[in-house]
Amino acid sequence: MPLQSLDIKRMSATTVPPPSVREPITGTVAKLIDTTKCIGCKACQTACMEWNDLRDEVGENHGTYDNPRDMSEHSWTVMRFSEYENPNGNLEWLIRKDGCMHCEDPGCLKACPAPGAIVQYANGIVDFQEENCIGCGYCVSGCPFDVPRISKKDNRAYKCTLCSDRVAVGQEPACVKSCPTGAIVFGTKEDMKHHAEERITDLKSRGFDQAGLYDPTGVGGTHVMYVLHHADNPSLYHGLPNKPRISPMVGIWKGLSKPLAVASMAAAAFIGFFHYTRIGPNEVSEKEEQEAVDEANSVNSAEETHHE
Amino acid sequence: MSEQKKASQIESAQITRYTADDRSFHWATAICFILLVISGLALFHPSLFWLSNVLGGGQWTRILHPFIGILMFALFVVLVYRFWHHNLIEPVDKQWMKQIKDVINNREENLPHIGRYNAGQKILFFVLIFCMVGLLLSGLVIWRAYFSWVFPIELIRFSALLHAFCAFVLITSIIVHIYAAIWVKGSIGAMVRGTVSLGWARKHHRLWFDEVVKTSKEK
Repeated sequence: MPLQSLDIKRMSATTVPPPSVREPITGTVAKLIDTTKCIGCKACQTACMEWNDLRDEVGENHGTYDNPRDMSEHSWTVMRFSEYENPNGNLEWLIRKDGCMHCEDPGCLKACPAPGAIVQYANGIVDFQEENCIGCGYCVSGCPFDVPRISKKDNRAYKCTLCSDRVAVGQEPACVKSCPTGAIVFGTKEDMKHHAEERITDLKSRGFDQAGLYDPTGVGGTHVMYVLHHADNPSLYHGLPNKPRISPMVGIWKGLSKPLAVASMAAAAFIGFFHYTRIGPNEVSEKEEQEAVDEANSVNSAEETHHE
Repeated sequence: MSEQKKASQIESAQITRYTADDRSFHWATAICFILLVISGLALFHPSLFWLSNVLGGGQWTRILHPFIGILMFALFVVLVYRFWHHNLIEPVDKQWMKQIKDVINNREENLPHIGRYNAGQKILFFVLIFCMVGLLLSGLVIWRAYFSWVFPIELIRFSALLHAFCAFVLITSIIVHIYAAIWVKGSIGAMVRGTVSLGWARKHHRLWFDEVVKTSKEK
């Protein structure tokens, strides 16, 4: 699907539709991350660093396998390790590759005030165009997954691009290419859903009754999906939101309030203009002016008389 | 007395409403406000993003807006300090508000006599305080470069909404404020030159007029 990634479906802070005649006939793309196959080797993290020329600071050990400890402008994906004691008293090591979920309804794009700083390509990838970014951090408020990071160096927001540059020329994302167990796969969203279905059937046959696909409808589905052993409780995986959606506060802020407030302010100005042309200014007539002077003088003379 | 003399006497019959310091603090606040409206609206609605060019582009708008905001708040605090004692609500204000139709239709002769400020001005005073405090607090929370990392995400989201709401109320109130100054002739002179005519004072603020005329003669 070369060059599909250059066709833009949605653009931040833009009120007119982008050119939208070309549509991906094969549908959108998706990355499927199978947490049940992941061994936590972090090859994907390394591949991401290599392909994108990112080098995070070498941090310190905080007593977990998470390294670095959190995503940053230099670490667009981080393996999250959760130790979960299941009801049978057994320990489960749940490992999740964290990063941008590439929502179909992206909260970051909705919140962004800078035209063209965040785009959604026709193939579903949500991409930051840092040259248009103003560094306000609204995308952070908009994101239900706590993904965007603002660089302290250049005050611009960064996150996983789903290797839009690689996808544009028909290659899979770097993390996918590097995964040694095939836990990360990439293709059309339809294909990925079929693949996930087979995996889930297999998992269920092995006793993982609650195995399932994480493709949350609250954000219109995502272009990064997980196969989870415990799809009934995604939050086990280092706080993966059970029911992610764009916060209603962001919804009001970036939805109804925008046209309503602008229209109301314009209306206030128009009401003023029409009041002036219908009723007119409130002026002090010459007569009133004279009355005031006379009154002031009379007070004056009265005072003088009083003093005499 | 010749007509000419009379006219000049009327013209010279000016009384001071705002001192030079009053005016300077007012206009410094106003200039900050205009810059904040331009930069704030640029970030609020995409159709107004072009306004961000006024401050030198998107990044500069994002950088400068909060600093100008802090400055405006500081200047506004001085204004409040200087004017609060004239803005306390009195029983007559209620009556004035009841007759808002007379106010709007320029039937000022029907209105009760009022002091230095009318009820509308007093309400504006308190609305501004509410908005300014709301804007300051919410603005600090959403100030990404310095403070946002301290606050939980839900509070940041709420603050963004609160900031927009307070700004909306403030801007709408100031539109009314500016229009009132254009509508009631002589008001702009009060804040530009500091003086109003005796007739203006007597017509719009009779009790203040009485007070000023009396005290100035006592001196």
